[in-house]
Amino acid sequence: MWRFISVRLLQAIPVLLAVITVTFFLVRVAPGGPFDSEKAVIPEVKAALEKQYRLDLPLFQQYTAYLGDLASGEFGPSFKYPGRSVNELIGAGLPVTAELGFYALLVAVLIGGLAGVIASLRPNTAQDYIPMSLAMIGICMPSFLLGPLLVLLFGIELEWLPVSGWGDIPGDKILPSITLGSGYAAYIARLSRAGMLEVLSQDYIRTARAKGLPEWQVVTKHALRGGLMPVVTFLGPAFAGLLAGSFVVETIFQIPGLGRFYVQAAFNRDYTMILGTTVFLSTLIVLFNLLSDIMAAWMNPRLRHQLGGGS
Amino acid sequence: MNTEMLSDIADAEEGTSLWKDAWLRLRKNRLAIIGLCILLACIVLALLTPLIAPYAYDAQDLDLGATPPSAAHWLGTDIFGRDMLTQILYGGRISLAVGFIATAVALVIGITWGAIAGYAGGRVDAVMMRLVDILYALPFMIFIILLMVVFGRNLLLLFLAIGAVEWLTMARIMRGQVQSLRQQEFVEAAISLGLSPGAIIRRHLIPNALGPIIVYTTLTIPSVMLLEAFLSFLGLGVQPPQTSWGLLISYGAETMEEYPWLLIFPGLALTVTLFSLNFLGDGLRDALDVRGSKD
Repeated sequence: MWRFISVRLLQAIPVLLAVITVTFFLVRVAPGGPFDSEKAVIPEVKAALEKQYRLDLPLFQQYTAYLGDLASGEFGPSFKYPGRSVNELIGAGLPVTAELGFYALLVAVLIGGLAGVIASLRPNTAQDYIPMSLAMIGICMPSFLLGPLLVLLFGIELEWLPVSGWGDIPGDKILPSITLGSGYAAYIARLSRAGMLEVLSQDYIRTARAKGLPEWQVVTKHALRGGLMPVVTFLGPAFAGLLAGSFVVETIFQIPGLGRFYVQAAFNRDYTMILGTTVFLSTLIVLFNLLSDIMAAWMNPRLRHQLGGGS
Repeated sequence: MNTEMLSDIADAEEGTSLWKDAWLRLRKNRLAIIGLCILLACIVLALLTPLIAPYAYDAQDLDLGATPPSAAHWLGTDIFGRDMLTQILYGGRISLAVGFIATAVALVIGITWGAIAGYAGGRVDAVMMRLVDILYALPFMIFIILLMVVFGRNLLLLFLAIGAVEWLTMARIMRGQVQSLRQQEFVEAAISLGLSPGAIIRRHLIPNALGPIIVYTTLTIPSVMLLEAFLSFLGLGVQPPQTSWGLLISYGAETMEEYPWLLIFPGLALTVTLFSLNFLGDGLRDALDVRGSKD
């Protein structure tokens, strides 16, 4: 198990390095310098600014210096807002996005998992069709459509829930969490149904039933662990998706999280900010993929031996 | 030339029974057939848009402003007095074009990559698939946004960027197929007849892997369309004066309080299209008896 973890950790290093390198050079070759928009800057000021952002150094030295910064946990300053750094923005935005992501994942796993398991217990009956049709709607209804529709229905027509903000008014966390989580709930429902159906047809389930175990114990004690395996492996990629989804949900509901900062930085062409945030978000995603692989291996001993076999 | 034609005919005949069988099975799946019909209708509408759109794409009537659906404007008008049906038709052209073209890009790269890796085997395969593994771990949504920011928001880049993301799964599927196919006798026979690897891949391996390729393609198109709509919604995808369903939904969301139909109709167009593609993909998977890689 430890070997598995260390191999996976080692594999994450080239990935992260690739992310950092590609992002760095992409941002550097981007057209338009950071000070182009300003009126004519006095040469001394420009030189001082370039020195501050290390633009006076040769490109490769800029790169190595940036790697050095990253190693000490420094993600860099902002081009557009002098004095603000990516670290500050992450400090402000991460807790919000993490909370939103957590609730969304909760919605996804609880609702999705429950729906999938319920559907799998009586396949090809109404108990199967109804949750699975809802899941199909969830998959085809993107968050940027579902969010506004929920706002329209529960916020504006019925006036049950607040339509924007995060933690200001009680209940304002409900709509964003559902909006972000529902698509994943749908996927998880399909995954867990398929996983459960496969497990429920296996010999050890028949043995458990033959032993005379009540059906709910067969399901909870024997089937769930294997049947929910696909869900666990899905959690890593889902995390990346949740982050991307938070770009939209945070924009719709005006939530001051990382995703909204990222989109704003993209719009402002705040290159250092984009660079820093990209590196940070990528690290998070790579780590979560790693975590979900490790969790999957922990739940499934057979996987532990297939070192480095991809997904 | 002559022998090639003969073997082509032979290939086609060999394929018929399988495809006929699949079609018979698909035909029984009502949802998949409905999906197929809606999809065909969408394609026809997109192709004929300039002929059938009730108003010119750039026609606006500022005095009219936003109006709910009426006899003159079936789906209402937006705040500039533009006909919503016309907007949705033209937006659909772009959304579908992105879906199909980006998928085609992904298909070409993925099939080539996977086929070469699977056929070559050994170290070449290990290196090529390791690269796919590494790319898989990259947060691509962020990268597409980055690309759109750095290189400007143009449609061609959007096709390429999305295509470049989606080829990975295709490559894996293709490699798996080729690996299992190349053990079989007919490939050995082709090798001993002196066919070049390229010809074997083109003539023998790809046609035999067509089932999974078709299924996965059908399921990739909706996810590509979703990606485009997602980017357009954020303002990082399709740019005005062009429009797409994602962009229309984004506009609709801004004014939904006063003019909900501006959100609902483009949303309906996107959702129904995604529905039909997903149902068709699921149906094809069952009909062609392909074990899904997606779920």
